[in-house]
Amino acid sequence: MSDTSITNSQELLLTNDGVPLKVSLRKSLRRTKIRSFLLILPPLLFLLLMFVTPIGSLLSRSVDDIAINKVFPQTFAQYELWEDKSQLPSEEMFAAVVNDIRVTIKVKDDEGIDIGKNLLGRSGTRMTYEYSGWKSLISKTIKSALKVDKKSKEEVKPFIWEAPFKDKMIKRDKRWAKVEFWQSLGAMKDPYTMGYYLNAVDLKFDANKNIIQKEEYLKIYNTIWIRTLQVSLMVTIFCLLLAYPVAYLLATLPMKTSNLLMICVLMPFWTSLLVRIVAWMIMLQQNGVVNDTLMYILPCFEGMVNLPFFGATNIDLCFSDEDRLPMMYNFTGTIIVMTQVLLPFMILPIYSVMKGIPPSYMKAAQNLGATPTRAFIRVYMPQSVPGIGAGCILVFIVAIGYYITPELVGGKDGIMIGNFVAREMQRTLNWGLAAAMGAILLAAVLVLYWAYDRLIGLDNLKMG
Amino acid sequence: MSKDKTSKEPKLKSMEEPLVKFKNVQKSYDGEILVVKDFNLDVAPGEFVTMLGPSGSGKTTCLMMLAGFEPTTNGTIYLKGKPINNVPPHKRGIGMVFQNYALFPHMTVAENLSFPLEVRKMGKTEREAKVNRALDMVQLGEFGQRRPMQLSGGQQQRVAVARSLVFDPDLVLMDEPLGALDKNLREQMQYEIKHLHESLGLTVVYVTHDQTEALTMSNRIAVFNDGVVLQCSSPEDLYEKPENSFVANFIGENNRLMGTVEAIKGNIATVKTDSGDVVVATKVNVGKVGDRATLSLRPERIIVAPKKGKTPNTYSAKVEELIYHGDHIRTRFSVCGHDDFIVKIPNSIDNVDLKKGKQVDIGWMSEDCLALDG
Repeated sequence: MSDTSITNSQELLLTNDGVPLKVSLRKSLRRTKIRSFLLILPPLLFLLLMFVTPIGSLLSRSVDDIAINKVFPQTFAQYELWEDKSQLPSEEMFAAVVNDIRVTIKVKDDEGIDIGKNLLGRSGTRMTYEYSGWKSLISKTIKSALKVDKKSKEEVKPFIWEAPFKDKMIKRDKRWAKVEFWQSLGAMKDPYTMGYYLNAVDLKFDANKNIIQKEEYLKIYNTIWIRTLQVSLMVTIFCLLLAYPVAYLLATLPMKTSNLLMICVLMPFWTSLLVRIVAWMIMLQQNGVVNDTLMYILPCFEGMVNLPFFGATNIDLCFSDEDRLPMMYNFTGTIIVMTQVLLPFMILPIYSVMKGIPPSYMKAAQNLGATPTRAFIRVYMPQSVPGIGAGCILVFIVAIGYYITPELVGGKDGIMIGNFVAREMQRTLNWGLAAAMGAILLAAVLVLYWAYDRLIGLDNLKMG
Repeated sequence: MSKDKTSKEPKLKSMEEPLVKFKNVQKSYDGEILVVKDFNLDVAPGEFVTMLGPSGSGKTTCLMMLAGFEPTTNGTIYLKGKPINNVPPHKRGIGMVFQNYALFPHMTVAENLSFPLEVRKMGKTEREAKVNRALDMVQLGEFGQRRPMQLSGGQQQRVAVARSLVFDPDLVLMDEPLGALDKNLREQMQYEIKHLHESLGLTVVYVTHDQTEALTMSNRIAVFNDGVVLQCSSPEDLYEKPENSFVANFIGENNRLMGTVEAIKGNIATVKTDSGDVVVATKVNVGKVGDRATLSLRPERIIVAPKKGKTPNTYSAKVEELIYHGDHIRTRFSVCGHDDFIVKIPNSIDNVDLKKGKQVDIGWMSEDCLALDG
């Protein structure tokens, strides 16, 4: 130290050249810092491109309502002026809808192609999420607005484009007189909306943008959320119960045996998920291996028996065809198959933690007078907690968003939120709702992580 | 263990019933190789016995059998006169300090110490008192609430010792407890353990491969090699009167000359070395005339340029190398066809001025030259 820096009276350390030590240190470390930054740049970019961007764009979809606000600006402006929302709106609002449609229908893109109809169609789809029927109402209105004269092939000025609009529109389609349609506009009037999130938990906006419960017959998601949590929790618990002894064996058996066991644990990893699920279907179905075996081994006894205390009792111990257990295409099937599929995710982190616990701890505990059971509970188990935590978090996170297993074996009451995300993405094309559900899942996982950090501490987490 | 006549502690009586007795103990892990071959040892109460030997010689296995972690393949171990072969480790009541301390990392120091008392269902106040006393004993009074990981190696060591003593066991086992410490700390801990042994009257069975450690601390040392105890005696005897060439070589520094027995007359054996020199040595462990023998000479017992007629053995040697060691000069000679003959020459004024390549006479007394098995 003494030959590179001098301590002066103000306790400011200087180098031999009189430069403050901190400045000098920063300078000398700058090259290393730049180099290490350049080294991590490729993975950083990859992460940004492949992870942050898609998730970000999906999340932004869950609140994005800009498109419809561009199509119906006048309508939404009029909506703000609509005072008594239990009554039909005034003529100005009808005029605003017509004007918005009229403006939009003429929109062309940069290459001069008409996209107006497309925009209106998409808006109609969006509006249907809030109140069903909007899409057909809009397209019907456009159709009547775009009458083409068959002879001259020229656009006929349609009757509907002449003020006053209100009566004409209602005459054209009675639904324009239904106040619920107009009320549903309230949920869409802002460029950013919570509507999708509310929808995902069976809530909705009323006409004044208050959050209210959905109608009973429209509620579907809450049950699914609860079931998703239930399945994830149960799968996590079952995985833990099965994985802990296996991991202990893996960690304590001699090398040769434990390697063999390890291969057995990893074998499912190398097998296609689909194959595994189908194998379970064969095992668990009504006429599957498990039910057949039960039929075969369970005793069949029927008849009167004279029991002490009970007297003559009719006993029916037969396991007949009606008693075959339903274990497939239901909740049970989902639990059984998911537990098997996710088991390695629990075994491996626990195993890696247990592998790091020296056998001398157990010996020491016994030497100090603890029975083997007591030594295990007091000394071994607390030290395997980081592995248990990691395994549980891993399994729970994977389980909560699981899709393929419930899709194949879940039937009606074993289906999970992941299946609904897929359904919204593929069938109803309601990406906003799918994105909102995804965001809620993500938030649940983050909350779990936070809770874990609070309770056990993330630095204790050992993923293997 | 007939050689046990020079116990350092006067309180040790050989007539007393041994606390620990190994009787014809054998151990094999795979049924093919005997790791321990016929091990016999008596440990008297209050004794500090060290099992010393190179790694793989079976000393730790013996300790593990005593602690109950390894079953004996044959033979019996007695504790206070009762065979304990079938007693599980937690019922033996033996304290043990493990090689890497095995302090439970998820418990505080105080909890670690309290653990053996808890499993013995001791009351809370009594437990606390005992824990505090044990901590004070190893000068760690204020560290009770720390985690073992927050302590230095030496402090962890002390906690491990305190934990092995806190439930007042009759016997304490130590399995190379100082192996992980640096040299200074190791020496300091050697003295501390020795003082604890003396002040508390503990019976200790200690395992180490470090001969200095064994010499410093023990009442008796059992030297192991290849599953067999080669000698079991006090540190002095082990150094001064080794019974075979392995012990002579393993304990302290040693020059070895190989040869054949020419004649045996009473206590004196005449050995002709392979280079043709004739050496008069004390007979310790040689057979008949014509047998191979190893002559063992301590480097500090060699006299450089002895006065004529003073030593019965005098030979001309060539100085090969001089290494300055401060208090002594380590000199390598070639003599009697042996070019790695070490002599420690005290660093005093009247010593001869030696130079590399110089021819000089060296000699030794026949008492200092032991004729051992070849």
